[in-house]
Amino acid sequence: MDNKNQKASRNISSIPLKAIYRWLGDRIFLVVAFFLGLSIILLALGMALVLYQEGSLSFKEFGFFGFMRGSTWDPGVTLTFGALPFIFGTVVTSVFALAIAFFPALAIAIFLAEYAPRWIGGVIENLVNLIAAIPSVVVGIWGIFVFAPWMREKVYMPLWSWSSENAPALEPILGNPIGYGMTTATIILALMIIPFITALAKDAMRQVPKEQREAAYGLGATRWEVIRMAVIPYARGGIMAGAILALGRAIGETMAVAMLIGNKNTFPFSIFGPAATMPSVIINEFREAVGNLHLSSLMAIGFILFIISLAVNLLAAYITRKISITGGKIL
Amino acid sequence: MNFITNIKKNKKEPTEKTSTSAIAGGEGVHPHDVRMETKNLSVMYGKTVGVKNVSLPVYNEKVTAFIGPSGCGKTTFLRALNRMHDLTREAVVTGEVLLDGLDIYAPKVNPVTIRRKIGMVFQKPTPFPTMSIYNNVVAGLKLVGIRDRKLLDEVCEKALQQAALWNEVKDRLNTPGGSLSGGQQQRLSIARALAIEPEVLLMDEPTSSLDPLSSAKIEELIHDLKTKYAIAIVTHNMQQAARVSDYTAFFYVGNLVEFDETKKIFTNPSNEQTENYISGKFG
Ligand SMILES: Nc1ncnc2c1ncn2[C@@H]1O[C@H](COP(=O)(O)OP(=O)(O)OP(=O)(O)O)[C@@H](O)[C@H]1O
Ligand SMILES: [Mg+2]
Repeated sequence: MDNKNQKASRNISSIPLKAIYRWLGDRIFLVVAFFLGLSIILLALGMALVLYQEGSLSFKEFGFFGFMRGSTWDPGVTLTFGALPFIFGTVVTSVFALAIAFFPALAIAIFLAEYAPRWIGGVIENLVNLIAAIPSVVVGIWGIFVFAPWMREKVYMPLWSWSSENAPALEPILGNPIGYGMTTATIILALMIIPFITALAKDAMRQVPKEQREAAYGLGATRWEVIRMAVIPYARGGIMAGAILALGRAIGETMAVAMLIGNKNTFPFSIFGPAATMPSVIINEFREAVGNLHLSSLMAIGFILFIISLAVNLLAAYITRKISITGGKIL
Repeated sequence: MNFITNIKKNKKEPTEKTSTSAIAGGEGVHPHDVRMETKNLSVMYGKTVGVKNVSLPVYNEKVTAFIGPSGCGKTTFLRALNRMHDLTREAVVTGEVLLDGLDIYAPKVNPVTIRRKIGMVFQKPTPFPTMSIYNNVVAGLKLVGIRDRKLLDEVCEKALQQAALWNEVKDRLNTPGGSLSGGQQQRLSIARALAIEPEVLLMDEPTSSLDPLSSAKIEELIHDLKTKYAIAIVTHNMQQAARVSDYTAFFYVGNLVEFDETKKIFTNPSNEQTENYISGKFG
C-alpha cells in the first residue's frame, strides 16, 4: 500500500495528461460561466431598454434633457411632465441621509470592531442587523404614527412659531410644519442605512491585519491613535464602498419615503415641507396613470432612476478599486 | 533637534537610579550598565509555552543577540520586553520585566509610555500602506505632537539614511509606503523605529528580507547606534550574531539555555546544546 502510494507520487509528473478531459472540463465551465454572466448583463440591459422604450413617448414630447430639467408635473390639466422635482427630492434626501448616517454608523462600527467586549459587541451587532431586517413598510408605519407626529410637536412647530415671530422671512424656507416632509423622510432614510454602513465598515476594520495595529502600538500609539493611523486608513476602501452602497439604497428606497415625504409634486420644496422622490412618485401614481403620456413619464423616471443607481454602484466599485489597498476587493 | 536632546536629558535620571537594582551580569560587567532586565519571565499562549522562566539582562550601549531554532520563543521573549503581548488575547505574561529598575508590567504603568521608550522592528515589514513614506517615518513623532516641519524633515532624512533607504526614496517621499518592495518596506520600518529615538531598540530579524549590501548597512547601523542605545536583536544568522552583538542568549524550546558574552558563546560555550546549534548540528 505504502509502496504503491510512493510510486504514484513519484511518478505524478510523468503521468500523461488526459488533455481532452482537462480541455472539455475547462471549456464547459467557461461556457456556462460566460453565459450566466452574460444573461445577467442582458437582463439588466433589457430592463433598461424596456424602460427607455416605454418612456420614449415622454422623452419625445419634452426632449430627454427637457424632461429632466422640467419642473412642472401636472397630470391633471396641462399634461406637462418634468422630472426635476423628483430628481431633486431624491438627491437631497439621499445625500443628506448619508451625511447624517455616516459618522454615527462609523462610530458604531469602530466601537464594535475595536472597543466592545465580545458579548456586548455581539448584542449590538444583532440589534443593528435587526434594524436592517425591518421591512420598510413597517418603518413607514412607525414613522407615520410615532416619528412624524413627534417631530411635528417637538421640532417643527417650535421652530416654526419661533420663526414666525422673529424671522418671518424664513417661513417659506422652513415650510409647512405638518410633520410629513423632506426632513422627516431624510432622517428615517438615515436610520435605515446606518446598519449597512456599520456592517460594511465593521467588516473592513476587522480585516485589518494585526501586524498593522501592532506597528502603531509599537510606536507608542494609544488605542484611538491606532484606529486613526492604522485601522481606518487600511479599511478606507471598504468603508467608502459601504457608504456609497448605502447611498444607492437610499436613492432606491421607496416605501418608507413614499409614506413619509408628504408627496408634493411641484416646486417649491421647503426644509420641513412635503416633497417627492423618484421612487415615491412612481409608486404613488402608476395606478392612477390613465393617460399614455403620464404613464410614459413615470417609466421615463424609472429609466433615470435606473441610470442613477447604476452610476452610483459603478462609482462604489471604482472608489473601492482606486483607494482600497486590497486591490479592489470589497472587504 | 531640541526635542531629541531633551529626551536624552530625561533619560539620564532613571538610568542613574538603576545602579541599586541591577543584577550581577557576566564577568567584568558593571551593574549600572543594565538597561532592561527580566526576572523569571514566562509567556504562555493558553496551554502552549512561549518562553519559560527567563531571567536575562539587556545591557546599555551593548547589543544583545537572541538566537535559537525556529519556534523556540525568541519573538515571544522580545515582544514581552515592550508589552506587545497586551494585544494578544490568549497570551499570559508572568514574572517581571524591569526598565531602569522599574517593572513595566506594574499596574500603574501605562504601556503607551513604555512603547515610546522601547522601539520595535517587527519580523514582518509593517509600513502603513496608505501613508506616504515621509509620514511613515515621522509617524511616531507626530504622535507625540511634533509638528515643526523642519525638525520632521531633518529626522526623516536622518532616519532614512541610517536605514540605508534614503537614496532610493528621496525623490518619492510622498508616494505611499505600500508601494515599496519587501526589503524597502523592512528598511522603512527600521527608519520609523529609529525616528522616535527610543532608549531601547528591539529588532526581530531585521535583515531577514534584505540583500547582503543592505544587511551590511543595517549591521553597520546597529554598530553605530549602540553608542547610544541598548539594542536587542533576534537573528537566524550566526555570523551576524557573532559580528554585531556583545552578548548572546541561546533559546531552545522556550528555555534560555545559555547567556554570555558573544565571544564566549561562539568560541567556548558551556552548554552542549549551544555548541551543537552554533556548529550547525541541529536547528
Ligand atoms: N499568538 C500565538 N498563539 C499561540 N501560540 C503562539 C503564538 N505566537 C507564538 N506561539 C507559539 O509560541 C512558540 C514560540 O514562538 P515564537 O514566535 O516566539 O518563535 P520564534 O523563536 O520567534 O520563531 P521564528 O524564528 O520562527 O520566528 C511557538 O511554539 C509558537 O507556535
Ligand atoms: Mg520569530
